Amino acid sequence: MSVFFLIIVLGVLAIAGFVLGRGRALASVQGNTRRLHSLPGYYAWHGAIMAFLPAMAVLTLWLIAQPLIIERQLADYFPAEQFENDSQRILLMADVRRVAEGLDVAVAAGALTPQDAETITVADGSVRERLGAVGVALGAEVTPEVLDAAQSYRALASTGALGRAIVTLIVALAGLAYALRITNGDFRARNRVEAVILGVLILASTIAILTTIGIVMSMLSETIRFSSMYPFKDFLFGLTWQPSFQGGSELGLIPLLWGTLYISLVAMIVAVPTGLFTAIYLAEYASPRVRSIIKPLIEVIAGIPTVVFGLFALVTVGPFLRDWFAVPTGLGSSGSSVMTAGLVIGVLNIPFISSLADDIINAVPQSLRDGSYGLGATKSETVRQVILPAALPGIVGAILLAASRAIGETMIVTMGAGAAAKLDLNPFEAMTTITVKIVSQLTGDTEFNSPETLVAFALGMTLFVITLGLNIFALWVVRKYREQYE
Amino acid sequence: MTDATSSQVPAAAPSPARSSLLTQSALMKKRNAAEARFKAYGVAAICVSLSVLAIMLWTIFSDGVSAFKQASLTFPVTLDADALDPKGNRERAEMMRVTTIGYTKLLNAQLLAHLEARGISTEGVSDKDVAAFISRDTPARLRDMVLEQPELLGQTITVEGFATGRIDGYIKGRVTRDTAALDTNISVAQLDLADRMQDEGILDTKFNWGFLTNPDASDQRPEAAGLGVALIGSAYMMALVVIMVLPLGVAASIYLEEFAPRNRWTDLIEVNISNLAAVPSIVYGILGLAIFINFAKFPQSSPLVGALVLTLMTLPTIIIATRAAIRAVPPSIRDAALGVGASKMQTVFHHVLPLAAPGILTGTILGLASALGETAPLLLIGMVAFVANYPAGPLDGGVLDPATALPVQVYSWASRSDPAFIERSAGAIIVLLAFLVTMNIIAIILRRRFERRW
Repeated sequence: MSVFFLIIVLGVLAIAGFVLGRGRALASVQGNTRRLHSLPGYYAWHGAIMAFLPAMAVLTLWLIAQPLIIERQLADYFPAEQFENDSQRILLMADVRRVAEGLDVAVAAGALTPQDAETITVADGSVRERLGAVGVALGAEVTPEVLDAAQSYRALASTGALGRAIVTLIVALAGLAYALRITNGDFRARNRVEAVILGVLILASTIAILTTIGIVMSMLSETIRFSSMYPFKDFLFGLTWQPSFQGGSELGLIPLLWGTLYISLVAMIVAVPTGLFTAIYLAEYASPRVRSIIKPLIEVIAGIPTVVFGLFALVTVGPFLRDWFAVPTGLGSSGSSVMTAGLVIGVLNIPFISSLADDIINAVPQSLRDGSYGLGATKSETVRQVILPAALPGIVGAILLAASRAIGETMIVTMGAGAAAKLDLNPFEAMTTITVKIVSQLTGDTEFNSPETLVAFALGMTLFVITLGLNIFALWVVRKYREQYE
Repeated sequence: MTDATSSQVPAAAPSPARSSLLTQSALMKKRNAAEARFKAYGVAAICVSLSVLAIMLWTIFSDGVSAFKQASLTFPVTLDADALDPKGNRERAEMMRVTTIGYTKLLNAQLLAHLEARGISTEGVSDKDVAAFISRDTPARLRDMVLEQPELLGQTITVEGFATGRIDGYIKGRVTRDTAALDTNISVAQLDLADRMQDEGILDTKFNWGFLTNPDASDQRPEAAGLGVALIGSAYMMALVVIMVLPLGVAASIYLEEFAPRNRWTDLIEVNISNLAAVPSIVYGILGLAIFINFAKFPQSSPLVGALVLTLMTLPTIIIATRAAIRAVPPSIRDAALGVGASKMQTVFHHVLPLAAPGILTGTILGLASALGETAPLLLIGMVAFVANYPAGPLDGGVLDPATALPVQVYSWASRSDPAFIERSAGAIIVLLAFLVTMNIIAIILRRRFERRW
C-alpha cells in the first residue's frame, strides 16, 4: 500500500470519525443538543482528530525510522570498514536503492518476473544491461554485494510497507473506536479539540525557532566540514582569494570582506544623509498634503525588487560612471565597480532609513519642539539641537539596520560590483563581496565535497554572524540609550 | 545697589543694537539663511531619490517596451514533399529523419525565390546573408507543424517567423548603421535589404505574444526567448507560498498574540522572529540548499523547493503584519464574546480573526509581492538553470519539475552577452512590475474598503 493511498484511507477514516462522532453524541442524548456538554460539531471534530492524528504520527515516525533500520540490516552484506566510513556508506546505500528501484521498474515493465527479481544473480548476465533495457540507467556494473543487498532491501522494504499499512490502520481504527467509546453527553469534547488546536498553534509558532536552528545547523555543519579540508585560520586571515577546482586554491576572506565593507560604506554615505534629510523634511517641514504624496512615492523604491536595481546598475549606472568619471580621470575602465554597486545600494536603502527615521522623529514629543521654538530657535536649529539628539539612539539603530541590509544585499552586487577579489582603495575598480562569492561558488551543478564549494557555507556563516551581530547591536543601542518620555 | 553700579560704569553699558522686527540683524540673516539651506537640503534629498527612481523606471521601460514587439518575416513557402518526406509515405518516423537543417535549406531557398519574385534586389548581400534573416527558431517551428499535419506537404502556405535578433534590433532602433559597421554578425548591406523588405511588407513588426508564452531560448536565438516557463514557475511558487505561509503565519500569530504566556520561551520566539526578518535573503537560499536539496533530496530547480524557501523567508514579515492586525481588534470585542460564554478559542476564531482578516490579507499580499520579486535565494537552489521545457500541470507533479522564476529570468538574461537579451530582461521587469503593482493596488483597495478604525 503506497503512502499516498494510506493517507487517503486515513482521510476517509477521519471523515467517518466526523460523522460517527457527531451521530453518537446526538444519539446519547436522544437528539436533545442542550444536554450535550459541547456543541455537536466538537464531537464530530473529536472523532476525526482521534482517527487521523495518532495514525498520522505513527506513519511519520515509521517513514523516518524504516530507512535507518533497513540500512543497519544491510550492513552484513558489506565489509565492515566500507560501512563505517560515512561517505562510502552513503554512496553504497544510494547504489543499493537505485538497483532496488531498477528491479521494481523492471518487474513493473514485465522485463523480469517477481521471482526473477528476487533470485537474479550476477552470474545470470549483466544486470545493468537488463535494467538499461527498461530505461533504468546505472552508472557502473552491479557488484554481487550490491545486488544481494538490493534484493534484501526490496524484501525488507515490502515487509516494511505491509507492516506500515497494518500498524497505521490499527492505530487509526483504535483511535476511532476510543473516540466513539468515550463520546457521550458529558464528554468534554470542546476542551479536547481546543487542546489539539492549541498544540497546532504552538507548533506553528516554533517554526521561527526551527528556521533559526536550521540556518545555524546547516551552515555550521558544512563550515566544520570545510575547516577539516582547509585551515580555518587561512580562511579568516588569508589575503588572497583564488579558488581553483584543480586544487591548491587560496580562500582568504579578507579581500571579500573588504569589498563588502567598502561597498556598504559607499552605500551608507549615499543613503544616510539622503534618507535623514528626507525624513526630517517629511516630518518637520512638509504639509500633510505634500507628505501624503511624497511618502508613498519614496516607499515605492522599497517595493521594487532588487534585481531591477541590479539591471539598472548593470545597464545604466555602470556605463555612466565609467564614461563620465572613471575613464576621464583615468581611475578605471570597468563598468562594474564599487561606486556602481555602492550608489545603487545607497538608493535602495534611502526609503528604509527615511521611514525608520521618520517614525523615530515623530516619536519625539511635541513639547520638546514647543520649548525650543519658545526660546526663539528656528526650525532647523530645533531639529539639529533638540530633535536629532533626542532621536539619536533610534537613528543610530536605523543606520545599523540599513548597514546590515547593505552588507547582505546580493543581486545588486552580483550584477554591478564585479567578480575580482581585490584589496584596493580605488572606488572605480571592480571588487567583489561575500554574497557574490556565495552565489558564484554555489550555482551550477556542484558536489558538496570540495573546499571550493564548502567555502560558500563558511562565507554564509560569516555573513549571518555579521548581520545578526549588527541587528542585535542596533536593538541594544536603541534600548540602552532610549530617552523615556512620559 | 543696582543704580550705584550702573552709574559707576556708564561707559561699559553696551550701546543697544538698533534692532527692529522689520529689519534683520546680521545674526538673524545668518540664521535664516541656515534655515533656508537646511530646508533646501531636505527638498534636494527628496528630489534626488525621486529622480533616481524616475530615471530607473524610465530607462527600464524604454529598454523593455520593445521586447513586446518583434520583427517577423512573412513569405509563402511551398512545402516540397520530395525534400521533407524523401520516402513519400508520410510516416512520422520517416519524416523525423529530416532535421531542422533540411527545413532551413528549404526556407532559405524559398525566401530568396520570393524576394526575386517580388523584384527586391539582393545586390551586395550574399545568399547566405539573406538566409541569415530567418531566425533559427522558424525552421524548428515549421518542422513541428509539418510533423503534426503531414497533409500540408506539397501545399504552399504562408510562413510567419521571427527575424534574427540583429534585424529585429535594427527595426526597433537598437542596431544602427554605425554599430552594424563594427559588427561581424550583420552588414550595412543587410540593413539596406531589410529596409527594402520592410517597404514591401515582407518584414514587419507585430505584438509579440511569444514573449509571454515561449520558453527560454539559447544564446543564439534571443528573438525566440520568452517568459513562459518563468511565469508558470512563479505562479506555482506563489500558490504554494500562499498555501503554506497563510495558515502557518496566522496560527503562529494567534498563539503569540492571544495565548502565549509571558515567559522565556515566548520571548525567545519573539526575538527569533524579529531577527529572522532581518536575515539577508541569500542565507535562506543556503538553508534551502542544505536542508531541502542536500538533506531531504528534493529535486533541484523545482518550484516546491523555491516555495519552501520563500515561505520561510516571508513568514516573519507575515507574522509581524498579522499580529498587528490582531492587536488592532479592540479588547471589548473579546470581552463581549467571553462574557456571553464563548471559550477563548471560540472568541479568537469566531470574532477576532474575521475582524482582523482584511488586515491579515493586506499583509499577506504585500509579503507575497516581496516574495515574488526575490531572486538571490532562488539562484542557490538552481532555479537559474536553463529550462526549455514547460513544467507539467500542478496535479501531475509539475511543482517538482525544473522551472525558473520571473526575477531569476531577469537576472539570467541580463548576464548573457547579446544586447538583445538586455531588452528581454527589461521586458521581463515590466511584466514583474505589472504583477507587483496589481498586488499592491489590491492591497490598497482591501485596506481602504474593509479596514475598520475602532
